[in-house]
Amino acid sequence: MDAIILLTLTGLGLAALYFLVASGLSLVFGLADVLNFAHGLFLGVGAYATWWAAGNLPGAGPDGLGFVVAVAFGVAAGTLMAVLVELVLIRPLYSRTIEQVLVTVGLSLAGVALLQATWGADARPFPRPAWTREVTSIFGAQVPNGGLLLIVAAALVLGAILAFLRWTRYGLIIRAGVENREMVTALGIDVRKAFTLVFAIGGAAAALAGALGSVYFGTVSPQQGGSLLIFAFIVVVIGGMGSVVGSAYAAVAVGLLQQFVNYYGTSGLGDICVVALLAVVLLLRPQGIAGKAVTA
Amino acid sequence: MTEVKSPEVSAPPAAVPDELTEQPGRWGRLRPFLPLVALVVALILPYSTLHLPGIFEGALNSPGTLQLLAVCLVFGGLAAGYDLLFGRTGMLSFGHALYFAAGVYGTDILITRAGLPLWQAAPLAIVGGTILAGLLGAVALRTVGIAFAMVTLAFAQVGAILVARDFGGLTGGEEGLPLDVAGLPDGLVGVTNTVNLYWLALAYLVVVVFVVHRVSGSPTGRVLAGLRDDERRIGVLGLDPYRFKLVAFTLAGGLAAAGGAVYCLIVGGASPHITSSELTLSLLVMVVLGGPGTRWGPVLGGILYMYLDHRLVSFGTSDAVNALPAFLSRPLSQPLFVLGTVFILAVYFFPGGLASLAPRLALLRDSLRPGSRQRG
Repeated sequence: MDAIILLTLTGLGLAALYFLVASGLSLVFGLADVLNFAHGLFLGVGAYATWWAAGNLPGAGPDGLGFVVAVAFGVAAGTLMAVLVELVLIRPLYSRTIEQVLVTVGLSLAGVALLQATWGADARPFPRPAWTREVTSIFGAQVPNGGLLLIVAAALVLGAILAFLRWTRYGLIIRAGVENREMVTALGIDVRKAFTLVFAIGGAAAALAGALGSVYFGTVSPQQGGSLLIFAFIVVVIGGMGSVVGSAYAAVAVGLLQQFVNYYGTSGLGDICVVALLAVVLLLRPQGIAGKAVTA
Repeated sequence: MTEVKSPEVSAPPAAVPDELTEQPGRWGRLRPFLPLVALVVALILPYSTLHLPGIFEGALNSPGTLQLLAVCLVFGGLAAGYDLLFGRTGMLSFGHALYFAAGVYGTDILITRAGLPLWQAAPLAIVGGTILAGLLGAVALRTVGIAFAMVTLAFAQVGAILVARDFGGLTGGEEGLPLDVAGLPDGLVGVTNTVNLYWLALAYLVVVVFVVHRVSGSPTGRVLAGLRDDERRIGVLGLDPYRFKLVAFTLAGGLAAAGGAVYCLIVGGASPHITSSELTLSLLVMVVLGGPGTRWGPVLGGILYMYLDHRLVSFGTSDAVNALPAFLSRPLSQPLFVLGTVFILAVYFFPGGLASLAPRLALLRDSLRPGSRQRG
């Protein structure tokens, strides 16, 4: 019983990480049709900016309020990066899908190499508050606090994105744009502003995932984003491109499946089961769980 | 909308006025023979003891240089095979590394673990890789566009996991699997025989270029080009897009597996990094840098990319770069940073890649020459 609770909660922690990366990917793809390979780079930038801030930024530190400041700095850096990428690199190429994919591929290669050049290829210990290293006892299971932090953060982000989509004017434009972009443009609304906004949201969520994921793992390395990105892609496809809620369901399914099979089966089997799930979903329901619509 | 060109309806060719036909210059008359010249140069290269300081470290026929050249040639062939999917059929596959890895690990495992001789192991691995491509392609091609890219990426990821986790103790996990040379013919073993590996790589490249050339010139190739331009139109013409795409996917997978078998011999084993999605991404970079859908562009792109990938490491640690301030010298010591940046610039400023460079420069030269005839 302990094991099941522990696996469920660590699985949910993993799911939270996937969701934070996938929600932005899904919105960007749903609205702007951009398959963003550079999303893992936003995650890396967020993680390294947090790591840097904790050591160097005045007022920031590895503990207490200083840690919050450090994470906020990391998220801000990731957001800025995402907005810059959208404005400078993606915007000139709208409606040329293949070229956009190619540019983000080049960016992910060059960006990760740049992180590696600046801070080295090896994983570095990540400064984290002492309480995230401890465990909390929940129904007899010893659950690491870092995982719980991820779950709470992902739930808050999910709530915030849904509230934003449902109750604000820009949320309305994004929802309408995912449904039918030409129609929104025809109504005289500049959808491209919404593109920038969606990139900013995605960048912020990914940077948060980078910072909190590094807290969870205890280390930060340049390749971290790339390996998470593939599973985030799988989550996006299973959940249905453009759907935040679908991404959340899919992230939970993928995280739990991976965690349970890896524990009860051979290590690595869980990852393969996730791909099998993807194949089954694509063959039975190619548009994903939630189809192409943002349901708030 | 473009006109459909069907062979049945052959209109008489319109008479072209003399001043509009291209007058081949000295250069133009030489052009068809350039690949032949390149092949001859590649053939006499191992007999040359020329030193090219700055370009290669040793003499041209030193084993180190020949091995680097052989790797470059294999990747030239791989890029040409990948172009069959991306440039000629318009399929964006992110899982091409899987079939390459199937060739590498298949050959390696059959020789080292099963003890088969090379002449049995390599064909078996190639056939296995081709069948794998056919089976996975049959599933993946039920989706189109970006979803297809995602599914191929996911399949390739399974391959990477299988290799890295070392199920059944076959692949050697993270360490890789060195090739057991006992199963190889003597001519392929040892540093002095690197030149034979070079011939093998050159032969592979020639075969791939020949196959891709023949396929794209055949009626099937015209259907593939049609799929790239407008898939629905091919469907309306009564042809099954699924089957043609599966043929292209399987063929490209088989060519990649053959490249894997050659690569396994050249580097003397297999290591898990060849299964990573990064390898597929670099194939994509090679094709786009060279010029997708052109005959020689992907080959050039592949050769140049691998050469730069190897040489930029020593360039990055050279004195000239180290003398630069740290914020410049550190990124320059990362080959992927340089290549990634060049790639992004190429997507913006040279959409046709290297292959489109010559016509562009010719256009520039013509427009700069005073009194030249204007082109329309």
